Amino acid sequence: MKKIFATVALVFASAMTFAAGGAGVHLEHMAPDLHDKASLQRGLQLYTNYCAGCHEMGYARYERAANDLGIPADLFEENLLPSGKKIGDLMSNAMDAGDGKNWFGATPPDLTLEARLRGHDWVYTYLKSFYEDETRPWGVNNTVFPSVGMPNVLEHLQGVRHMTCAQAPALDEHGKPKFDTLTGDVLTEEQCNVVVQKTEGQLSEEEFDQVAYDITNFLVYVAEPSRLQAESLGIKVLLFIVLFGIFAYLLNKEYWRELH
Amino acid sequence: MAAMKDLMAWVDARLPVTQAFEKHMSKYYAPKNLNVLYLFGVLSLLVLVNQLLTGVWLTMSYNPSAEGAFASVEYIMRDVEYGWLIRYMHSTGASAFFVVVYLHMFRGLLYGSYQKPRELVWLFGMAIYLALMAEAFMGYLLPWGQMSYWGAQVIISLFSAIPMIGPDLAQWVRGDYLISGITLNRFFSLHVIALPLVLVALVVLHLLALHHVGSNNPKGVDIKKHKDENGIPLDGIPFHPYYTVHDIVGVAVFLFVFCGVVFFFPEMGGYFLEKPNFEAANPLKTPEHIAPVWYFTPFYAILRAVTYPLFGLDAKFWGVVAMGGAIAILFVLPWLDRSPVKAMRYKGWMSKVALVLFCISFVVLGVLGVLPSTEGRTTVAQLASVVYFAYFILMPFYTKWESTKPVPERV
Repeated sequence: MKKIFATVALVFASAMTFAAGGAGVHLEHMAPDLHDKASLQRGLQLYTNYCAGCHEMGYARYERAANDLGIPADLFEENLLPSGKKIGDLMSNAMDAGDGKNWFGATPPDLTLEARLRGHDWVYTYLKSFYEDETRPWGVNNTVFPSVGMPNVLEHLQGVRHMTCAQAPALDEHGKPKFDTLTGDVLTEEQCNVVVQKTEGQLSEEEFDQVAYDITNFLVYVAEPSRLQAESLGIKVLLFIVLFGIFAYLLNKEYWRELH
Repeated sequence: MAAMKDLMAWVDARLPVTQAFEKHMSKYYAPKNLNVLYLFGVLSLLVLVNQLLTGVWLTMSYNPSAEGAFASVEYIMRDVEYGWLIRYMHSTGASAFFVVVYLHMFRGLLYGSYQKPRELVWLFGMAIYLALMAEAFMGYLLPWGQMSYWGAQVIISLFSAIPMIGPDLAQWVRGDYLISGITLNRFFSLHVIALPLVLVALVVLHLLALHHVGSNNPKGVDIKKHKDENGIPLDGIPFHPYYTVHDIVGVAVFLFVFCGVVFFFPEMGGYFLEKPNFEAANPLKTPEHIAPVWYFTPFYAILRAVTYPLFGLDAKFWGVVAMGGAIAILFVLPWLDRSPVKAMRYKGWMSKVALVLFCISFVVLGVLGVLPSTEGRTTVAQLASVVYFAYFILMPFYTKWESTKPVPERV
């Protein structure tokens, strides 16, 4: 029983009425780690293989990503660079915006700044929250982004999930799980908007979580590629200001001593 | 050394450099009891210089067109060497400017720095504040993000609330039927040339007027009443070196906080850089919730608090009037305060209560201006607006009625 809860994604019809990114949707937390180069490299690879066909990153350059993620230029050109592109180019794609609108109902958004626009928790939860819905053109819907126009391109990895009635942790009005006040156990109740696994995918749940994490981590990096540089420079600047401040304080004290 | 002296003598014979330095620095006598609240003037100057310098460098790479503006900001963030640093210094500087200016104005309220003979100092200061709001508002459109676009849309549409000429006036301001590249271009021009010129000129006037009458102090004592045989105020000390070394310490503390934000929290939780602004402006897609940047929210809350039509004019018009009035009433402050004393410590309890209530109402309005309005919040905003205006409108009465404490002769 507990295992079922663990594999259950919790979603509520009430939450689904909110627009994408709106308040009220319960988001899973992920902590980005920009020092984890391996994760960022896997994220770039996953983005290139699964996302880049439709979603461009029109403000970022391949070369910058290759350099920041520690991928040698020749390896990058051989394995990740789309044909016809130079490594110094912007990560734009060939899909026409009008075609995209016709095919999906909305032009697939540029992903360069997605993580800063919606937040990393949103991206992470969104990637994991597709479920089978025959009423939608692509046969899938998303609990974080209701009526989404995007097909679930990661379905063969994650497996098919569908919405059903099951025992699921009860949530209070703030979206936090309710606990039994005596035993401390999570309280459960029968709910009919619970997404559960229908068929297995190529990856286990942990492996798929890692896939969603890596893609999100890469999106966080690409939304603000200067973050690590800012932090390492920031420490030095703050240390200098402290040192400067100490001397300024002593100078001030020296001058004002003659007044008292 | 002798050559240096000769050079200075040569220059001084032709341009009063030494004389100006003495007048404004080494022989400008400031009261010796200035406290930490007196730092925010010099900090405003520091932030102004920061904005001017980083602005010059941003302008080198920025593209002021509807097609290219958003992409050029990302170009600055990614492809320009240290472009991210210049941009974050400018965006954080905008918010920092209002932080220090609000604290500077609070200092003025607390110690009666606007009272005779400093009315002009206050008026120039208010003009700076007005120019600064225009400068910040126009600068906010330039990144051409969703919040840039829709924030400007909301504010410019306020002009259309004016009866008769409103819609035409709004169109004249935009230069188009909707906010477009034409609006962006004129805002860019005003933001980088016209308003900075006005700001710098007003800052010069603010300082000249201040140095002509001399600085006030936390006790509101007139230090010019007691001078020594050389005509130097007994309670005054030369601004340089005493307050310059003082200010450098304050600058270091300020820079520590400022750089902490610039390097580690440039978005400041979505208050300095709003999240919807990471999406390019789209005239066909209205964001879920449009909120102005935090420094405008007290006035925005006053605007929204007015919900009654009056004299056949709709509520929006009266909201604009209230918002404009909330800023305009600050200009006449020197003539509303009829207290014989300047500093809050010698005023009566009514002035103290009034200032505390005023500050609370300002903060409450600021918080409400960020949030979407609900019925309950509108009621609170109405209450806070009444307190805001009551502070000024009742000031001539409570400052006159209350009994004050005697001001000492010396600091």
